[in-house]
Amino acid sequence: MADATQPGDGDEPKTERRDFLNYLAVATGAVGAGAFLWPVIHSMNPSRDVLALASTEVDLTPIEVGQAVTITWRGKPVFIRHRTEAEIADAQSVDVADLPDPQTDDERVQQAPWLVMVGICTHLGCVPLGQKPNDPKGEYGGWFCPCHGSHYDTSGRIRKGPAPLNLPVPGYEFTSDTSILIG
Amino acid sequence: MRIGFKSFSLTVAAAAIAGAVGLSGFAKPADAAGKAVYPPEMEWSWTGPFGTFDRAAAQRGLQVYTQACAACHALSQMFYRNLTDLGYTEEQVKEFAAQFEVQDGPDEFGEMFFRPALPSDRFVSPFPNEQAARAANGGAYPPDLSLIVKNRALGFGSIGENFLAMLQIRGFSSGADYLHALLAEGYVDPPEGVELLPGQWYNTYMAGNAIAMPPPLYPDGVEYEDGTRATLSQQAYDVATFLAWAAEPRLEERKETGVKVLIFLALFTGILIAVKRRTWADVKKH
Amino acid sequence: MSSHSAPTFKNPMVRWIDSRLPVFSYMHAEYGTFPMPKNLNYFWNFGALAMVVLVVMILTGIMLAMQYTAHIDYAFDSVERIMRDVNYGWLLRYVHMNGASMFFIVVYIHMFRGMYYGSYKQPRELLWLLGVVILVLMMGTAFMGYVLPWGQMSFWGATVITNLFSAIPIVGDSIVVWLWGGFSVDNPTLNRFFALHYLLPFVILGVVILHVIALHVTKSNNPDGIDVRGPQDTVPFHPYFTAKDSVGLGVFLMVFAFFVFFAPNYMGHPDNYIPADPLVTPAHIVPEWYFLGFYAILRSFTDDWWFFAWFMSWIMDAKLAGVLAMFGAIVVLALLPWLDTSKVRSCRYRPIQKWVIILFAVNFVVLSWVGGQAAEEPYVSIAQWSTLLYFFLLLVVVPVVGWIERPRPLPSSISEPVLKAGGGGMAGATAAKMEKS
Repeated sequence: MADATQPGDGDEPKTERRDFLNYLAVATGAVGAGAFLWPVIHSMNPSRDVLALASTEVDLTPIEVGQAVTITWRGKPVFIRHRTEAEIADAQSVDVADLPDPQTDDERVQQAPWLVMVGICTHLGCVPLGQKPNDPKGEYGGWFCPCHGSHYDTSGRIRKGPAPLNLPVPGYEFTSDTSILIG
Repeated sequence: MRIGFKSFSLTVAAAAIAGAVGLSGFAKPADAAGKAVYPPEMEWSWTGPFGTFDRAAAQRGLQVYTQACAACHALSQMFYRNLTDLGYTEEQVKEFAAQFEVQDGPDEFGEMFFRPALPSDRFVSPFPNEQAARAANGGAYPPDLSLIVKNRALGFGSIGENFLAMLQIRGFSSGADYLHALLAEGYVDPPEGVELLPGQWYNTYMAGNAIAMPPPLYPDGVEYEDGTRATLSQQAYDVATFLAWAAEPRLEERKETGVKVLIFLALFTGILIAVKRRTWADVKKH
Repeated sequence: MSSHSAPTFKNPMVRWIDSRLPVFSYMHAEYGTFPMPKNLNYFWNFGALAMVVLVVMILTGIMLAMQYTAHIDYAFDSVERIMRDVNYGWLLRYVHMNGASMFFIVVYIHMFRGMYYGSYKQPRELLWLLGVVILVLMMGTAFMGYVLPWGQMSFWGATVITNLFSAIPIVGDSIVVWLWGGFSVDNPTLNRFFALHYLLPFVILGVVILHVIALHVTKSNNPDGIDVRGPQDTVPFHPYFTAKDSVGLGVFLMVFAFFVFFAPNYMGHPDNYIPADPLVTPAHIVPEWYFLGFYAILRSFTDDWWFFAWFMSWIMDAKLAGVLAMFGAIVVLALLPWLDTSKVRSCRYRPIQKWVIILFAVNFVVLSWVGGQAAEEPYVSIAQWSTLLYFFLLLVVVPVVGWIERPRPLPSSISEPVLKAGGGGMAGATAAKMEKS
């Protein structure tokens, strides 16, 4: 009885029609299943409440020259340093060609006194020291990572140690002269 | 030769519908004679398969909530950022949120401090906790309004009673009917013989008829920014619309998706029926 | 498509795997050429539908568990966060919530089909028993899932149902404290319910696999309730039943989608959108609709009910009697294969049993209806008579009907369902000719 489904003489068109219908059904089912899977997958992407915290506004007025603060942005520490004239001069006088990750200071800041960057060592993800006044700041007066001894300069560039890259600069903008919006 | 197949499937279907219609709920407010009182059914913008929230009404409702309800009732599931869904710009939302103070901290000295609210904050509650709310309201707890339209829906949850409403896709609109009736029409002088405790008001639509909330709205109690006349019924209608949106802010997305899904499934089922008929065409069942 | 028993696979990769792990041969044998009675009607869709719902529930459940916080202070808010902030969280939650109702609708119809066509009878007794085990596991899973949103009905439902165990003499109270992990339903209770709610569906899946294995040994019953006599009575599972089950699936998904998108809270209770408050009991506590029948049986046992007063009050109190009756209602279902004394399976050929089964189904609907009503007259009396009828039908009427009933003549085979005078012809072709004439 199952032979009824085998193509036989004379019912070619019927079989073709049946094949087409079967393909159509399977294809439509696949589309439907895919459409259902998307919400399932998308539910694991950042939700509205997470995205609402994706940008952080920081008021810069309380940060004195020479001082640094650490704020949390997207669960990560962001270093904001109000650099002194000397630190800025230091950062700008370096010969870029000598650096492991060549970047000029201008490329890393929007306004020279304000250095904003994600405080996570590019080696293996530790948080470097150098934010507090009595922290070790490394050989280049910037930051020093205690985990494996990476030294960063006053522009947050890697100068010595195992880290391959400079401390990353997050996207940010000055919303006024004294406040920035990170993210 | 299908002995009984039709007859019993009909019997089962009839029994199922009878059962469904009969599975009715309770906790209805009753009038003095003990008869159930149903709030009048209003026309709401969000019922039916294509329903959406009336943005203008919801914006007016936010104004009513802020001026008349927010002093006692929290809206803790809502965030200020949600207001952009009602048609406000991000700047407006930021400004609106900044009127309110939220507690934050601890700061670097370990102290809690207050700061203006941000769009990412929850609506600031009028009381820090339930005990404080009760203490300030003579022992009565002003309920959180975030889900009030859903959790006051009458009959909803009782399968039979709400059967027709389900077919009409009225969803939780009976909760909004209730809110509107309670606020706009419910406050009347108590019938003779009804004793109220001090601090209680008589309300036709409240379960038990005694309500601790003094009439919160009165005609022209708010001045609408869009110039609509703020009658009592209008205010009640607007705040019910706003709270319906607050209870189910994803309703529009849900119905939009639903229409697409049902159209797709109808086509898909049509194809499957065709496949099944073709496949079975040569099989003699007997 | 063909009914060759030993398939050869063209794809060398498939061949390589199959000779080491015969998954492809297995699928081919169990879902390809597997012989199905060709006279199955659409009632035979519901087993496959239940399987689909189980998969959907597990899938959406895992996604929800990723967003849910099992702590009394956060559970309610985390569910609302799913509804408001998580991408498509409202969809996952409403599918899961209504999926529970759909699961019970499908399984209740599946059970009714088994009862009407005698699918529980020899040789399918174990198949039926495994089904009852699945039902019990489903009930436990659904109950614990309902507690997780930590609304008012969650909390008070959990309190009432766990208190059932306090009816057990002597150790009852200790058992309840053990279930709670404290002295009331509280955070430890919520945590363990979450853990078990995650675990039990996989146990259900395991038992479902056993259920399917047992089914594939005894093979499907059919509306005539007679044994398959030969290949002329069957068609291969694929494409015939893949096609037929798909039609049922399409229709079912439309019903499911209607509820999810247009009436998602219709079968829920509004009070569960009020956060749990251990100090305020809602005016009327009811379980989810699918438990109402059993709930009505539980509530029927009151001190002043004549049946209890005459027959049971001298052994136990009304509380214990109610609890035992509720669990007993499931136990008697499990005993059905042995309570039914008839040799004939299908109610098509059992003129009295047919009405017994229909009455049983209607009575269950009535029980569900009164279970949702306040405990006052006339509902209490209706519930009590319905409870008696439930047990009377299964324990007394079914065995007696099996003895006294004169079944209609059975067809000699599926392909020839009418017993013709002197009919011995079995070939399908003959039957087809006879039907045409």
